[in-house]
Amino acid sequence: MSDDHVYLSLTEAGPGPEGEARWAYGTGFADPLLGVDAAAPKGIDPADLAAYCLMLGDDVLVLSQRLIQWITRAPELEEEVALANLGLDLLGQARRLLTRAGQLDGSGRGEDELAYWREESAYRNVRLVELENGDFAQCVVRLLLFATAREELYRRLVGHADPVLSAVAALGVKELAYHREYASSWAVRLGDGTEESHRRMRAALDALWPWLEELFTPHEVELRLGVDPLQLREPVLASLEQVLAEATLPVPDLPGRAYVNGRAGRHGVHTEAMGPLLAELQVVARAHPGATW
Amino acid sequence: MVSTLRERAREVAAAVPDPELPMLTLEDLGVLAEVDVAEADGAVTAWLTPTYSGCPAVAEMAADVARRLRAAGFADVRVRLRIDPPWSSDRISAEGRRKLAAAGIAPPHPGGLLQLAPTRRAVACPQCGSADTEELSRFGSTACKSLWRCRSCREPFDRIKEI
Repeated sequence: MSDDHVYLSLTEAGPGPEGEARWAYGTGFADPLLGVDAAAPKGIDPADLAAYCLMLGDDVLVLSQRLIQWITRAPELEEEVALANLGLDLLGQARRLLTRAGQLDGSGRGEDELAYWREESAYRNVRLVELENGDFAQCVVRLLLFATAREELYRRLVGHADPVLSAVAALGVKELAYHREYASSWAVRLGDGTEESHRRMRAALDALWPWLEELFTPHEVELRLGVDPLQLREPVLASLEQVLAEATLPVPDLPGRAYVNGRAGRHGVHTEAMGPLLAELQVVARAHPGATW
Repeated sequence: MVSTLRERAREVAAAVPDPELPMLTLEDLGVLAEVDVAEADGAVTAWLTPTYSGCPAVAEMAADVARRLRAAGFADVRVRLRIDPPWSSDRISAEGRRKLAAAGIAPPHPGGLLQLAPTRRAVACPQCGSADTEELSRFGSTACKSLWRCRSCREPFDRIKEI
């Protein structure tokens, strides 16, 4: 074999018509950073950068998993397709970020090993993304809160000293703009809709708003890498207030959810929703160790 | 010699069709970033820039490029990804836009992702040319497309989104 990556081994699997070597379209998942320079940037502790990529990658991996759970359950086919598309964007970002984390942390783990073989306490996502799906109003509100905050974060990460992080952010900021717009338009439609849809949106806002504050609460790694999430608070709240006003929904006046002895998602402390989510995410890989698909 | 080989390799890689929009080549789509031939051993390296973060067609694209280059006589072929700068709908060539429209897919406006709301430029129906069209869903059959309908001829159509 002239090269060591999966693409060429696929093409060498057999002669014949094009595409014959693969058993299904979209399989043959390869390294999402294939050929991208893996060196750590100067002046940054690789362990810190790995931890940071893991935090951001886990956020989007876990939310992607929640969005995928909407498939066959969304109110309309178009929304199902939309939610799947959003999940795919987030999964693509997660693959790059987890792969980057594995390159830097010295463990030699790839994206699959990080996604399928870590225990709950090793996951570093904020708790907002792991909560049960609830109804469609909760889906819309969570997307609105997360996408607004993540778009602001990615905007600030473009040009980061790590070229991979910068590249993920540069593409991600445009993808997240679509996510935010999708969630905003549904928030307005449901908030300013029927009595029932308005009631459900208020209930969803009250349920999820307290989890928003965690997205602005800095972890020491975030501070060392230069993007203090507290910077996001003001622009994110301003943007959300604008959408909620349009949606005739009040901005909840609720305190942020408490930390557990000063620890939360970024420290591996999760809610009871996280265990079942990971069980579903990991069961196939753990039942068939080493399998590829 | 190397420059001739490079041109030849580029020509072969540039002609590879996109797996999801087969009326376009990877060159038309702006996914083919660079093709190089090493002076020392004649090894070919092709760099691809995936469209969206989660584009599931990357493995197919890379396999197709490698296969075509080998079929053209290049023995040592590598395909690599280049994610910086990121792909943008502005990378679709004029020829690519023409081919999209001819296939009934509305091409994206130039300028990339400017402003999603509230102003939006009219989208002409690729079937009948009418500007009286409406968006049915921002998210369509693939990550890069949205679903539209023409109010004049009543035909639905796909549109490549700006990003």
